[in-house]
Amino acid sequence: MSDETVVQFTVNGRSRRVVVEPRKLLSDVLREDLHLTGTHVGCEHGACGACTVMVDGAAVRSCLMFAVQAAGSEVVTVEGVTPTDGTLNTFQQAMQDCHGLQCGFCTPGFVVSMTSYLADNPAPTDDDLKIALSGNLCRCTGYRGIINAARTAAGLPVPANAADGSDH
Amino acid sequence: MAATTGPNTVSAGRYVGQAVKRLEDPRLLSGHGRYVDDVQLPGMLHVAFVRSSVARGTIVSIDTAAALALPGVHAVYTGADLNPRVGMFWHTMMGPPPELGGQTPYAPLTPLAGDDVRFVGDPIAVVIADNRYIAEDAADLVEVEIDAQQAIVGWETALDTDQRVHPGMASNVGQEMPATEVPEVEALFAGAPHVFTRRFAQCRATNVPMEPRGIIVHFDQYAGDMQIWAATQSASEWKATASRLTGVAEHRVKVVANDVGGGFGQKMMMTRDEAAVVMAAHLFGEAPIKWTEDRRESLMTANQGREEICDVTFAVTDDGVLLGAKVVFWEDIGAYPSAASSIAGMAGAVFPGPYKFPVVLPSGSTLYTNTVGKAAYRGPWMIETVAREQMMDHIAYELGIDPIEIRRRNVIHADDLPYTTCTTMVYESVTPSETMEQALEMLDVAAFRAMQAEAREQGRLLGMGVSIYIEPSAVAFGILSSDQAIMRMDNSGKVIVAMSTGNHGQSLETTIPQIVAEHLGCNIEDVLLVQGNTESSPTGPGTGGSRSAVVAGGAAMTAALKLKDKIVQIAAHMLEASPDDMEVNESVVSVKGTPAKALPFAMIAPIAYQMPEMLPQGMEMGLEVTARFQPAGQYTWSNATHVCTVEIDPETGMTKILRYIVSEDCGRMVNPMVVEGQIAGGVVQGIGGVLFENMIYDDDGNPLCTTFLDYLIPTAPEVPDIEVGHIETLAPGLTGFKGMGEGGAIAAPPCVANAIHDALRHLGIHPTTFPLGPSQVLQLLNDAKG
Repeated sequence: MSDETVVQFTVNGRSRRVVVEPRKLLSDVLREDLHLTGTHVGCEHGACGACTVMVDGAAVRSCLMFAVQAAGSEVVTVEGVTPTDGTLNTFQQAMQDCHGLQCGFCTPGFVVSMTSYLADNPAPTDDDLKIALSGNLCRCTGYRGIINAARTAAGLPVPANAADGSDH
Repeated sequence: MAATTGPNTVSAGRYVGQAVKRLEDPRLLSGHGRYVDDVQLPGMLHVAFVRSSVARGTIVSIDTAAALALPGVHAVYTGADLNPRVGMFWHTMMGPPPELGGQTPYAPLTPLAGDDVRFVGDPIAVVIADNRYIAEDAADLVEVEIDAQQAIVGWETALDTDQRVHPGMASNVGQEMPATEVPEVEALFAGAPHVFTRRFAQCRATNVPMEPRGIIVHFDQYAGDMQIWAATQSASEWKATASRLTGVAEHRVKVVANDVGGGFGQKMMMTRDEAAVVMAAHLFGEAPIKWTEDRRESLMTANQGREEICDVTFAVTDDGVLLGAKVVFWEDIGAYPSAASSIAGMAGAVFPGPYKFPVVLPSGSTLYTNTVGKAAYRGPWMIETVAREQMMDHIAYELGIDPIEIRRRNVIHADDLPYTTCTTMVYESVTPSETMEQALEMLDVAAFRAMQAEAREQGRLLGMGVSIYIEPSAVAFGILSSDQAIMRMDNSGKVIVAMSTGNHGQSLETTIPQIVAEHLGCNIEDVLLVQGNTESSPTGPGTGGSRSAVVAGGAAMTAALKLKDKIVQIAAHMLEASPDDMEVNESVVSVKGTPAKALPFAMIAPIAYQMPEMLPQGMEMGLEVTARFQPAGQYTWSNATHVCTVEIDPETGMTKILRYIVSEDCGRMVNPMVVEGQIAGGVVQGIGGVLFENMIYDDDGNPLCTTFLDYLIPTAPEVPDIEVGHIETLAPGLTGFKGMGEGGAIAAPPCVANAIHDALRHLGIHPTTFPLGPSQVLQLLNDAKG
């Protein structure tokens, strides 16, 4: 097989060094070598978006990228977009408030995609949001809670006919 | 919150009835869930399968030498290695096969292919290697020679051919429910003013949990213990299955299911691939082995649903009043169905649904084919609603009656209750008429009809559809009949409730604590649900069949009331008051009207565990209770009406859903936010089954949809805002809860199909077959033009 290669990059703000085969996917390196298992692998062909991470500020499918391609880059995963003080970021909090997740498997991909999207597009329209969400698949929610979460995080109105979560 | 109306609208409690935010969300949102593939164990090895590339054929030879020679490969096992070691392979829910004294006609189940292969993807060998990359390399090096034969594809082919999917079987029929000839019914049909017959078909769809299957098995041959981590809806069931497979005593098998990424029925029972990993680990004995299914494997080999035909014949009066129905179900169950028994029995029993049918005569057959097996998929019997609700519209148009009006003439009303259907199902508390009227009011039918007429003049194609159903929720027979809660209050006054539930998206980590906190009188933060661990959780069926809220919820409520009773007795004894004079609020027991005389749980609990002298005489120490709950009936009936409007683009054939409305009655709602989430998820799966999803096989049995680029599930831009109205009528019994996990997926397909029918019927188009995607609708439009 192939020889192993040293990959140095920054992951969630920390400098990391791994020794991996050149064919090893970024998603697998994050999960297996760095134990960042929040990045989920849902299809391994770039269609479902569950494995989305940010590489140098852009949302990418980590299942379509070799780890060696990320050498020298800044990688941010779902663990890295989460505040360290025990709270959630704006989109994450909206997902909880709007019941945007059920089984939770696709959720990290949505969180990274929309955190990245809303940072780059602070004033989207409703249609913009749905198109932005179209790169991620969810099988549980019917997208109702996810779309409403995106609307909430973007400051757009949410249809009145929806039960919102409350704190207790 | 959405509109909640109804004759018996239930007032929300402190927790039950409130849209409590989910307690499990922060860990899942931050990437700290723990799914099976997240588990890494020291020394763990990885599995890849060698699979058949042909649908039917005889295995001539398997050469594993090159694979075994690859560095990093530890073992390659074929059917010859694993299959003879199997003790038994059957599922508790369906009981043993006939040769072991049961009644379920299982396919001849072996973990790996034996002498022949029976579908594309049939597992032939298991490779165990250092990592998945090497395991896949080695799987490619296994040389398999197969003498291919013509595949049996399609239920009609299976019925007609003299070839057999399972060699040695007398026919390709798996199970048959024969038609009954009743002279009175024949006379009724012969004398009926109108008799209409249609064939409704729905294409194969598949569950598509976003987390594919996965399992880690470690058989410690020295200790004699087997530990399994799995993506399963039922840890308890997998413990039993693994024990039967391997002969390891059941109490020495431990199964852990942490977070599970959806299932929709696919993860209810252990399938052959997972059984092969269990058998391989048992033989290997050295180290834990992990199999994580990839998406191609999932779409190619994980069991699927829905491929059914329903022939319906309705006898009706001139006014559209139903006189009777004959219903024939045909199911393509593939080669190795995981839900071995036919849906025909249940589909026939619930076929009358919301209408007053004087008689329904169901029959059905399941057919084995050389395709992947059938799974339970969210409302596995739902072809009955698909067929019935479309048939109502076909009849309405034949008779020139509005589809809403024909439903009003036949639907069960409040003053019909309790109502026993002609198939002996008893409804005590359902609201099909009320939900229909609420949904239609939410739409404003007159306004839509005006818009539709105006649009039609411009050549635009708009339509509306209605579908009503009564959901046989909380399926309760055999192992499904009951659930247990093991509830413990610890020294600090906090509560752990252990249950057999297998949460995989249903929000049980929130809703079960809601129920416990409500009825125990504590704060929800003080309640933890423990599940998915066979060492701490009781034996039970797991989560499926829309039953956890009803059956597990009933057990949780019963246990909470029992525990509260004991706590109150201790407090009353210490406060020298009568237990009848006590009340419990926010984890404090006090004398009614005398709030100063009070004891918090945090003071009562240590007394129960540490100070026997302070307890009432004769009381057992500790604060532990168990409660097993069995609902009164085999089903707890919930109901809903779906209404939608669509516009079809005549150029592309694409259907756009304009509005989607659900009015539902699931009894006392535990959490309206979760209820609406279940509805939305089910509805969109149902929409997918009509407009997007179609698992196609070619004539040689090759699956043509093995990626998400070929098997299309709905995405965000394609779904409408789903509007929900609630009617709450209490279920009979302790809790008032009705299950509702599957209904969205049951009623949505015919609702969308009826709307498409309405949009096209003026062109002489009367669809009966799913999918109704752009190419199918264009074909219908072109055919209509002649």
